[in-house]
Amino acid sequence: MKGTATGLTQRLHQWVRGWGVLPALVLLVTVFLVPVSQLLRLSIIDDTGQLSSEHYLRLFESGLYFRVLGSTFNISLWTTVVCLIAGYPVAYLLATTTGRARSSLVLWVLMPFWTSVLVRSFAWIVILGRQGLLNQILTTLGLTDAPLELIYNFASVIVGMSHAMMPLAILTMLAVMQNIDRNLHRAAATLGARGSHIFWRIYFPLSLPGVAAAGLLVFITSLGFFVTPTLLGSPSETMLAQVIVIQIDEMLDWGFAGAVAVLLLVASIAVFFVFDLVLGMSALTGDIKATNSRRGGSLTRASARFGYRVTAALGWIGAYAGELYDRLPGRGKVQATERRRVILWATVMAVVIFLAAPSFFLVPISFSGSSFFEWPPRGFSLQWYETLFASPLWQQAMIRSVWVGLCTAVLSVIIGTPAAFALSRQKIPAKSVVMAFILMPMVMPHIIVALALFYAFARIGLVGTSFGLILGHTIFSLPYAIVTIMAVLRNYDIRLDHAAWTLGATQLTTFRRVTLPIIRTGMITAFLFSFVKSFDELTVALFISGGTSTTLPRQMWADALLNVSPTLAAVSTLILAFVTVVIICGEMIGRRKKAY
Amino acid sequence: MALASLHPDRMKVRLTGLRKSYGEVHALRDTSLTVPAGEFLTLLGPSGSGKTTLLMMLAGLIVADAGEVWIDGKDATFEPVFKRDIGMVFQNYALFPHLTVYENIAFPLRMRRMSEATIREKVERILEIVRLPQVAGRLPRELSGGQQQRIALARCAVYEPSIILMDEPLGALDKKLRDHMQLEIKRLHTELGATILYVTHDQEEAMAMSDRICLMNNGRIEQLGTPADLYFRPVSVFAADFLGGSNIFKATVSNVGSNVCLKGPGDARVKADALGSLKVGQAVDVMIRPEHIRLLANDDTSDNAVPGILEQSIMVGPVTRYYGRLSDGTPIGAMHLTRSPHRAAQPGDAVRFGWSQEHTVVIQRAAAVSP
Repeated sequence: MKGTATGLTQRLHQWVRGWGVLPALVLLVTVFLVPVSQLLRLSIIDDTGQLSSEHYLRLFESGLYFRVLGSTFNISLWTTVVCLIAGYPVAYLLATTTGRARSSLVLWVLMPFWTSVLVRSFAWIVILGRQGLLNQILTTLGLTDAPLELIYNFASVIVGMSHAMMPLAILTMLAVMQNIDRNLHRAAATLGARGSHIFWRIYFPLSLPGVAAAGLLVFITSLGFFVTPTLLGSPSETMLAQVIVIQIDEMLDWGFAGAVAVLLLVASIAVFFVFDLVLGMSALTGDIKATNSRRGGSLTRASARFGYRVTAALGWIGAYAGELYDRLPGRGKVQATERRRVILWATVMAVVIFLAAPSFFLVPISFSGSSFFEWPPRGFSLQWYETLFASPLWQQAMIRSVWVGLCTAVLSVIIGTPAAFALSRQKIPAKSVVMAFILMPMVMPHIIVALALFYAFARIGLVGTSFGLILGHTIFSLPYAIVTIMAVLRNYDIRLDHAAWTLGATQLTTFRRVTLPIIRTGMITAFLFSFVKSFDELTVALFISGGTSTTLPRQMWADALLNVSPTLAAVSTLILAFVTVVIICGEMIGRRKKAY
Repeated sequence: MALASLHPDRMKVRLTGLRKSYGEVHALRDTSLTVPAGEFLTLLGPSGSGKTTLLMMLAGLIVADAGEVWIDGKDATFEPVFKRDIGMVFQNYALFPHLTVYENIAFPLRMRRMSEATIREKVERILEIVRLPQVAGRLPRELSGGQQQRIALARCAVYEPSIILMDEPLGALDKKLRDHMQLEIKRLHTELGATILYVTHDQEEAMAMSDRICLMNNGRIEQLGTPADLYFRPVSVFAADFLGGSNIFKATVSNVGSNVCLKGPGDARVKADALGSLKVGQAVDVMIRPEHIRLLANDDTSDNAVPGILEQSIMVGPVTRYYGRLSDGTPIGAMHLTRSPHRAAQPGDAVRFGWSQEHTVVIQRAAAVSP
């Protein structure tokens, strides 16, 4: 009965392959789910280990934390609004353009995504500061006598945070817009719709799920911000995450920090809940049909009717405006599309400059002779680089960041690849639940996870170790790695494997010579992304690394709190150069392997 | 065809009792099939009829729930794919996108650890055979659909597998290219002498290329035989309807003798050749191919002559199609070579539809028996 035995092994094989997702799950449960649950537990016990509402009473005692919660929501909301409005045209252009223009545009849009929040905040200090670029321009032009207060207020926080979150908003919207059938445009046009009707009645409603998803992601991520409000805001722009950092760093009050974190967590979950109630979670995945028809609530239907009228009205307004414009003497009707395109490009270029340019202003500052962030930089010196390379602290931080980044990237790809294979190819029970769980770290405010890890690791002596840091970073990189590799596998035709088998290749050879070369680009992207994410990561590093064993962002943060000096510009410049090299390598590999 | 050695173990491929279901859906029900060496066998059927499932099981890409696969007289049921020495051409060609044409074709040879010199020689030879020696250095995406198709054939043929499986290999090509590739595949078949199992849902393609056709429906073999068998002696209404045009009427056997008499639609009397096992009073189906039905002129006689009305005639080049109704309203179609217009009957004319009794095919109900 040799046959039966082989059949059994085959079945065992299939069974085992489905469990490729297991390492990822084990990691996420032990380093994410358990610590976060413990954090919740910790917030409801007091110092003696008794069940107590002490921390929560303190939270609700004074109005302070509610005000902070209010300002957190306020800042997040405005950030979201700015990101959506400014990001929409960019996503639209990216979705409707092809070729070289598109790929270079993507590169520039993603620029801030690759550079750390810290570096970007420093850049905004250069631009908005009292002695900064903008004030310099205004006074030179004679528009103002004295420098304006452009920084350390609500507006500067919104600017900084929008700058940070916009790439995420654009990419999320783009994901949905790319799936809108271009033939719908043509169909609408043949049915007699003007450009504005096509946009408002066809394109815009179809793109709304993307807008909703982008809004949700930006809002939730913004809730957990602390770097930007600390560096660019005043005390009245304090956000919840800052309170947590202060409680840990200065007050050493873990229990209370936990309670604040729970408040943040509850706020995030509430946002999710409201989102699901109004739009349905399916909006997140961009499933247009499901969002439109699934919910039958009168509220939803009424808002749908309202939305329809609004878009229809906008369509007519645009159409009339267009007609009027056409009737102006000396205007050719043919150029209507061309004209719209020019306006769109101009808008998008403005947004792209806003996204890409700021970081570069740090480069001249790093060569400044003066010891302040001021524009234009005075004199020329290499002293800041000398300081940097003379300091063992900075050097260790750099080496450690690179090392932790590499390990994180390797770990993410090694654990993420089998998980991606299992998730995209095997039948796994409750696959959508598993997927949602894996993606959870992406949408949960980092500070909560960081805090949870801090508690968990403190108990087993992992705080301050590279290993602890790598584990922490992997939690955040892993979802990205899995999603990236899954995206490649989705386009991968399984019949190529079948073909290789029939041609005489074993499973291992097939993987090595056919599968791997084709999905390699995806794996490299996942690797680079994980590396850069870890390299720039501050939140986890803030709690897990400490003392002498710090990472680069951690060291920058500590330095920035003391004194914003051109040393930081020098580090930022180095990081920019380094990350640029990494991206260019990635692009080159991507170009070479593109378009199978 | 080399159908002489019909002893089971001398068969190239022997499938017995293969079964596969996905949950409630039966992709394949208890199917057995033998294929002699060198035969070109087509698996024909509508989508979902189980033909691709059968092919995949032979390839080893799908594991059967039950049954056995024997290749060259050896049990290969659990043999891994790469050891079966089969070649397969996929519907979308499945050329490796990251390898050049040369490397794609060399792939199976490398898997067989051949020397570099042998590989070059074989690849160059097969490229000559498919008449594309100039594309060796290109990537698959730089080729046209027809070229990709030929490279897929070349990759499959280069290591001379004794069995070649083709899963709708011409599905993505336009009509003209398809006709050309059919000839090309036939030529390769002759040159290589391989056993070919060919999946298609296109009945013309099946008729044009096959030694035998295995007609499948609903996860089962409906009928197995030569193209002529299937065309002239369909064993079921499905088979009659799937291959070629057909007029199918319900009828009752009224007399069995030197020939069979039936009562057809509108009590029309229909004669057929004598056929065993028919009983008087039995309900059957009667099928007549349109090209066997003539529009009878006034003085014409025929074994069968049924009155009706001509409703429409459509000239489609070499042939003209006639659509009419019998006296009870049953639609009937006929097809003739196109003649000069003045002799043709006009729509609205009362006509008689006639055919000789040998062209009346009597199909017994629930009689899907494979030979």
